[in-house]
Amino acid sequence: MMKRIFALIRARNLEFFRDRSALAWNIIFPLLVILGFGFGFGNSKQAQFKVSYLSLSQDFPTHPFFKTEYLSFHKVEDVNEGLDKLNHHKVDLFINLSEAPLKYWINQSSPKGYIVEKILLASGAPPSNELIRSSIDTKEIRYVDWLIAGMLGMNMMFSSLFGVGYSIVRYRKNGVLKRLKATPITAFEFLSSQIASRIFINLSMSAIIFFGAKVLINFSMMGSYPALLLCFFAGSLCLISLGLLCVTAVKSEELAGGLLQLCSWPMMFLSGVWFSLEGFSQGLKSFAKLLPLTHFVDSARAVMNEGASFTQVSPHIASLFILSFIFLGISSYFFKWE
Amino acid sequence: MIILEAQNLHKTYPNGTRALQGLHLKIEQGICFGLLGPNGAGKTTCIEICEGIQKADQGTVLFLGKPLDRDFKYRSGIQFQETALQDFLQVKDIIEIFSKFYTKSFPIEELKSFCQLDDIWLKDHKKLSGGQRQRVLLALSLVNDPDIIFLDEPTTGLDPSARRNFWELVKLIKSRGKTVILTTHYMEEAQILCDQIAIVDAGKIISEGSPKDLLLQYFPNDSSKNLEDLFIKLTGKELRE
Repeated sequence: MMKRIFALIRARNLEFFRDRSALAWNIIFPLLVILGFGFGFGNSKQAQFKVSYLSLSQDFPTHPFFKTEYLSFHKVEDVNEGLDKLNHHKVDLFINLSEAPLKYWINQSSPKGYIVEKILLASGAPPSNELIRSSIDTKEIRYVDWLIAGMLGMNMMFSSLFGVGYSIVRYRKNGVLKRLKATPITAFEFLSSQIASRIFINLSMSAIIFFGAKVLINFSMMGSYPALLLCFFAGSLCLISLGLLCVTAVKSEELAGGLLQLCSWPMMFLSGVWFSLEGFSQGLKSFAKLLPLTHFVDSARAVMNEGASFTQVSPHIASLFILSFIFLGISSYFFKWE
Repeated sequence: MIILEAQNLHKTYPNGTRALQGLHLKIEQGICFGLLGPNGAGKTTCIEICEGIQKADQGTVLFLGKPLDRDFKYRSGIQFQETALQDFLQVKDIIEIFSKFYTKSFPIEELKSFCQLDDIWLKDHKKLSGGQRQRVLLALSLVNDPDIIFLDEPTTGLDPSARRNFWELVKLIKSRGKTVILTTHYMEEAQILCDQIAIVDAGKIISEGSPKDLLLQYFPNDSSKNLEDLFIKLTGKELRE
């Protein structure tokens, strides 16, 4: 029995190690992830909590609270900006140093805000009796309200990248594409059909999850449904196009898996699904703006949490359409049936 | 009238294999043309270039005197040696979907009875026997009511009964005035179905004509010889070599 098992192990190992593209990718991908995370999150003093403050002075505040390690501080121009960042979970606490007595705000639904408040009060200066705790005047956005757009986006990303990517590689490998090549179907027609089919699947699945979650947790939906539908349509189109681009000429499932992961991992962490990039380096923020999921999450979140209109989300929608056009153009040009 | 003509086809694969080395072919309309040859002789490469699936390094293929274009795809039907279809589709779905790819189509009810698909019409294609599967693939190649049909080793792996059944279908296709181009390992199949054959070896046609004329030419005094003997004489190889 062991002989047979070893023979099968040998067969699989040979298959894996002789697929050079997949082998190289299995080595290169983890290195890229390590390098990427090292670059993005490598600072050993990485802040755990984010605080925004308003101050009339150009100098950095001297209060002991501002010397606390592992907190990052971001100056804002006015109270509204500070409250907006707090409300949208971009920071955990906002403190106004420009008038006495000092006022600070936390988001009631944020666990991090609770902890930063404790740190502020424990820092001793100013004494806690000179601090005024305030709550946000506008309707508070709960963490779950903030998170839901990201979760829907992430689900759509996996469905688009892996659902389309893997099926095309499988079709290419087992000859389905070769059979279609023998018909009058063009690469453009084939790719369009895959996109249309996946958009339909994505929109249907997202609608089920959206309304199911709405019933279960009653998250906030401030904007219009047509605007949200446009965000989903543009986001879905862009993510599917990216999936097609990844596998446009790939025949190995393992290589395709690596390429799709290369696209999905940065989006999972840098597109603001789980946490805001407030306080991260400008380079990282600029990179995140190139990612389709960032535009989807920002636009859907704006519609859902702030009631943003078509016009307000149009820059994100335009970016998604432009990226889709680029991805589709390249993938149609390099598409291989076999 | 010549329906398909291959002129001076050359093809070398990236690994250095020279599959075709100046192959010429002329196929008359309305006949069944057999392309025979040992494994690795270049039959599939030749047929795939004639189908427009692969590109030749050199040489041209003409359909009714014109280089292959999009119109050729509407007027040709292809049954590959191995074909995969999308999962979870019934025979009915496959035929209906493929018929939508073309402007002209064989009436589905007629195609269904022509290829004997009635019993398996609602079956998942993954659950078909070898013979049933080949009948579905033949139906796919006929779905656009083509003028020319390529059958690449269509009966390989079928049991004798399924093979004979398939031959009857090919005869029916011929009787409708269609041109059939067939590659096969089975000399009996070629002898029964083909009006003309070409024997390919090392990427070239080494002999061409009707089975009867070729047997007369190479075995003028021995009527007991058949195509298999001719094949071995010309290629120096056993059939499955």
